[in-house]
Amino acid sequence: MTFGEGALDTLTQINGKKAVIVTDAVLQQLGLLVPVQAALSLAGIESVVYSQVEPEPSIACVQNGAKAMMEEKPDWIIAVGGGSVMDAAKAMWVLYENPEVDPSAINPIETYFLRQKARFIAIPTTSGTGSEATWAIVLTDPTEKRKLGLGNRSALPDIAILDPDMVRNMPPRITADTGMDVLTHAVEGYTSAWRNDFSDGLCLKAVELVFEFLPRAYRRGEDVEARTHMQNAATIAGLGFGNSMAALAHGLGHALGADFYIPHGRAVGLFLPYTIEYAIRGEPDTTRYRPLARYLGLASETEQAAARSLVSAIRELSLEIGQPLTLTQAGIARTDLDRVIEHMAVNALMDTQTIMGSRVPEIDDIRQLFIAAMDGTPVNF
Amino acid sequence: MPISFPSDLWIKTMMNDLNSSSAYFESAKTWEGDFLFVVEPGGTLQSAAGLYMDLYHGKCLQAFAIDDLKNSIIPAYRLSGPVANWKKVMTKKMDPIQAMMTGNLKLSGNMAIIMRNVRAAKELVESCTRIETEFPI
Repeated sequence: MTFGEGALDTLTQINGKKAVIVTDAVLQQLGLLVPVQAALSLAGIESVVYSQVEPEPSIACVQNGAKAMMEEKPDWIIAVGGGSVMDAAKAMWVLYENPEVDPSAINPIETYFLRQKARFIAIPTTSGTGSEATWAIVLTDPTEKRKLGLGNRSALPDIAILDPDMVRNMPPRITADTGMDVLTHAVEGYTSAWRNDFSDGLCLKAVELVFEFLPRAYRRGEDVEARTHMQNAATIAGLGFGNSMAALAHGLGHALGADFYIPHGRAVGLFLPYTIEYAIRGEPDTTRYRPLARYLGLASETEQAAARSLVSAIRELSLEIGQPLTLTQAGIARTDLDRVIEHMAVNALMDTQTIMGSRVPEIDDIRQLFIAAMDGTPVNF
Repeated sequence: MPISFPSDLWIKTMMNDLNSSSAYFESAKTWEGDFLFVVEPGGTLQSAAGLYMDLYHGKCLQAFAIDDLKNSIIPAYRLSGPVANWKKVMTKKMDPIQAMMTGNLKLSGNMAIIMRNVRAAKELVESCTRIETEFPI
């Protein structure tokens, strides 16, 4: 990882012949690729741009991008964008090096021999999904309206470049949405079933940075210090939860996003407090909110008190940055929820992240969680 | 009373447990594909043993032990590993998904289907953990 102002200069020092820059049309129009291509040119590396990544990339999107790569034959793949771009680029990379692979089958069990043709650089433009520091790949099946939690450990980027210039102009709403994704990664990564000593420290630090710097970055985008720390927080959270997994808020959020197109960070951040309320009512001694609350200076006399104080703090933060606390506030009508709740519940049940929390819900509980989140009913089941 | 693993009685007991599990039924409603669990030797288990399950739409239709693995059914999915690793997973000392990711248990089959049905795979393993088992190691 290279980070801080001027981090893009890293590109002037890499060796190679040709790079395919994977991005989306909006970022290309905003001119964010100009310094990237300029730096590559200084390194003597030809660059071509593939800018057709769609939000919530589909299998077809990945296949089209991989086809373009096979024509261009790069030895570097550079993802410049948010989570959708980085995840799609990783999947394209897998296909570029393994054309026979079905993108919807990319899994952490099989071995894909990457880096035979190209290496991978991630340059995030949001703060963020942390995809620059994980091997996760989230794609969308538009026919099933379902997010697919895929990934393979070899798909971890070779280099992550965190340059505050690339996130400086993020609008406030995107700053807030992606910032809540960071918080959710960090909290879930700290409390997931696969948590470990390595992920713990990273997740705690990321949570601390979010509470301190997200409101500042939201209120004033030119606050370079806040932007820098939020950018770092996103990657630190990625390193954390990428080694311990996310959990139920992501399972619920994926389902919501697939049916209602709510931005990912907004969705998972909305569900996070409800999932804490749910988890604390599970088996005793299976949660660990006390050390997390204590680290943040919140009430933590008991595990229940810690969970309550965390829920309060998360909701206060959400209010401070204009995020919805309920599905109604997110613009979803009860009639619309009722129409798709079974579909969402099944998708959430089957999400790869839903099984990673301390309390794994059955389908009835999942339905009840969606209903509770509708208008902010406390979780009491 | 603990049931000897691996054995025909054991896999039939698991079939009964699975068929009474609403959690498995809900998560495996669309599942189609038989499974062969191969338990490799260790301890008092002298040779590899096979345990077969025919899984369809949330139910196990039949289950039995296989003596002759070389000339047996070719299943849609195969999960194999040393008996020591099976024991770790079945006694919850090793997470089943981590076991597969690290090669401690080797899974083969249609990975696109597996990735859409990780919950069903988890509930399948949970069923194993509910059976009082006597291991050969």
